Amino acid sequence: MTTDTVAPEERAARRRLLRPGAGRQHHAGPLAYVLLGLAALLSLFPLYWTMVAASTDNTRVTQSPPPFLPGPNLFSNLRAAWQDAGLGQAMANSLIVAGAIATSTVLFATLAGFAFAKLRFRGRNALLILVIGTMMIPPQLGVVPLFMMMSELGWGGSLPAVIFPTLVSAVGVFFMRQYLSNALPDELVEAARVDGAHSLRIFWSVVLPVARPAMAVLFMITFVQAWNDFFWPYIALDDSNLTVPVALTRLSAGYVRDQSVIMAGALLGTLPLLVMFVVFGRQIVGGIMQGAVKG
Amino acid sequence: MASSTSVASGGGRVSRQRWRNLLHRLDLGAAPYAFITPFFVIFAAFSAYPLIYTLWVSLHRVELATQDQMDWLALDNYTALWQDDRFWNALMNTFTIGVLSTVPQLLMALGLAHLLNYRLRGSAFFRVAALAPYATSVGAAALVFTMLFERDFGMINWGLSLFGFDHIDWESEKWPAQIAISLMVIWRWTGYNALLYLAAMQAIPRDRYEAAAIDGASRWQQFTKVTVPGIRSTIVFTIVLSTIGATQLFGEPLIFGQGVNGITGGAENQYQTLGLLLYEEGWRNYQMGRAATVAWAMFLLLILLFVLHRVLRRVLSRRA
Repeated sequence: MTTDTVAPEERAARRRLLRPGAGRQHHAGPLAYVLLGLAALLSLFPLYWTMVAASTDNTRVTQSPPPFLPGPNLFSNLRAAWQDAGLGQAMANSLIVAGAIATSTVLFATLAGFAFAKLRFRGRNALLILVIGTMMIPPQLGVVPLFMMMSELGWGGSLPAVIFPTLVSAVGVFFMRQYLSNALPDELVEAARVDGAHSLRIFWSVVLPVARPAMAVLFMITFVQAWNDFFWPYIALDDSNLTVPVALTRLSAGYVRDQSVIMAGALLGTLPLLVMFVVFGRQIVGGIMQGAVKG
Repeated sequence: MASSTSVASGGGRVSRQRWRNLLHRLDLGAAPYAFITPFFVIFAAFSAYPLIYTLWVSLHRVELATQDQMDWLALDNYTALWQDDRFWNALMNTFTIGVLSTVPQLLMALGLAHLLNYRLRGSAFFRVAALAPYATSVGAAALVFTMLFERDFGMINWGLSLFGFDHIDWESEKWPAQIAISLMVIWRWTGYNALLYLAAMQAIPRDRYEAAAIDGASRWQQFTKVTVPGIRSTIVFTIVLSTIGATQLFGEPLIFGQGVNGITGGAENQYQTLGLLLYEEGWRNYQMGRAATVAWAMFLLLILLFVLHRVLRRVLSRRA
């Protein structure tokens, strides 16, 4: 009741105070809209044009001026890319790889992030610094021994060779740690302990529900990265087991001559992620910004 | 009877209590380590160990077909690399493409973030649009850009011809090829960096702007004196990330060359990066030892860049 007596203007003023930076934002002028429109156009045009090129035929797409409007051949080109270039198989492989990597990254990052954020143990700070330090090392630098290791393990050329090295991510651990430090009150963990819950139980019934939004974001970001990963899958995989980005390079390297079929392949390989972006775009944007401001 | 049962159950309660205390303490002590172990074990096996083992491999002759046979060479691979023109060429190309892609990308991201920081209609649309290129893979993006940069029918040459320019042979000439590759990188990463900047900008307290406005600072002065210093740590973060990304550049030049020419970075290596050289040595010339040498050289290069960056920052902060 008492909160209802606060005047709306005052409530608005309070809200402005609570959102740092919000009060000083100027309204965008026409120039800002023009520039942003231009940026959006440059961002989206190559994607639009992929669709245009994928829906015409080879002679049309290799003419000057190039086509700007979609043609009638989208589905036949998609079918050709799916079958002749083996993109159907590649998409299934990418789904397995990205799904496994994202699931395991989220699980292990939440476990470790919870430990770093809320549990006390000897060496916590040193280990956390180690995690942050490893974020700076590009994993690609170890490809030569990794390749030898995979042959020795008998995984050479197959999907496990791509899945295992990326099952965890230091960025993910850090992201979950930052999120849980703020989102999970210490009192909640303490109360569960007083009630006699052991750590795994606390993780299951207290941490997971709180962490769910961040887990969803981390899953999507990891999925996108794993789907798009190129260098290591290009080296590690056999022709019979390709993921989408690698299969696409085989298109351009002469397996398929038809340019509009190549573009249909590019479209097909990006489509699942674009759909995800249209549906969850705001959450992904929010997640990247959230990871950034605290990192 | 009654008393004996109560004693027995009391003793059981005590020992059960003790047992639970022990479990509780074990849980408190061991659970944190159990929770972080999967990360460190997998990281050690598939990231840390290979990185160090690369050094060992680089001191040997190892061929792709006979990987278990390693002949000790000491530093021969390194001296060979040092005297190899292709290495210096690839190093130079990595550097020039890195500068051509990173500098405009981060400057544009800064401007874009500033625009997105205005009160906007449809801000969600602009943010998602800025991030859309991030959702495309190197594979798809490089294919599309390779077509856009095509010499005879590509859209970019057609657009340039409208303004009276001759067709540019983007692939075979050195600088056009490096610019084209840089543009692919810029396209994919500008929006991502802009969102990182935007997040940092929104965390700047507004009283700093008010103070600046009271002191009579113009909008431009507010941008350079409040906004940019306010997000400095994020700027440093993106510079570090883009530098690492630039030293690793691989997919864009590989696909741009369409097949055989890709691995060598063009007929005259005009856009061969260190990543491509590594691949060429290991998986085309079948010399794993030499490939490991390139990898370790890349690692040293990164360390050198970090040291330079630290020194530069110390010098700058001492001046300020």
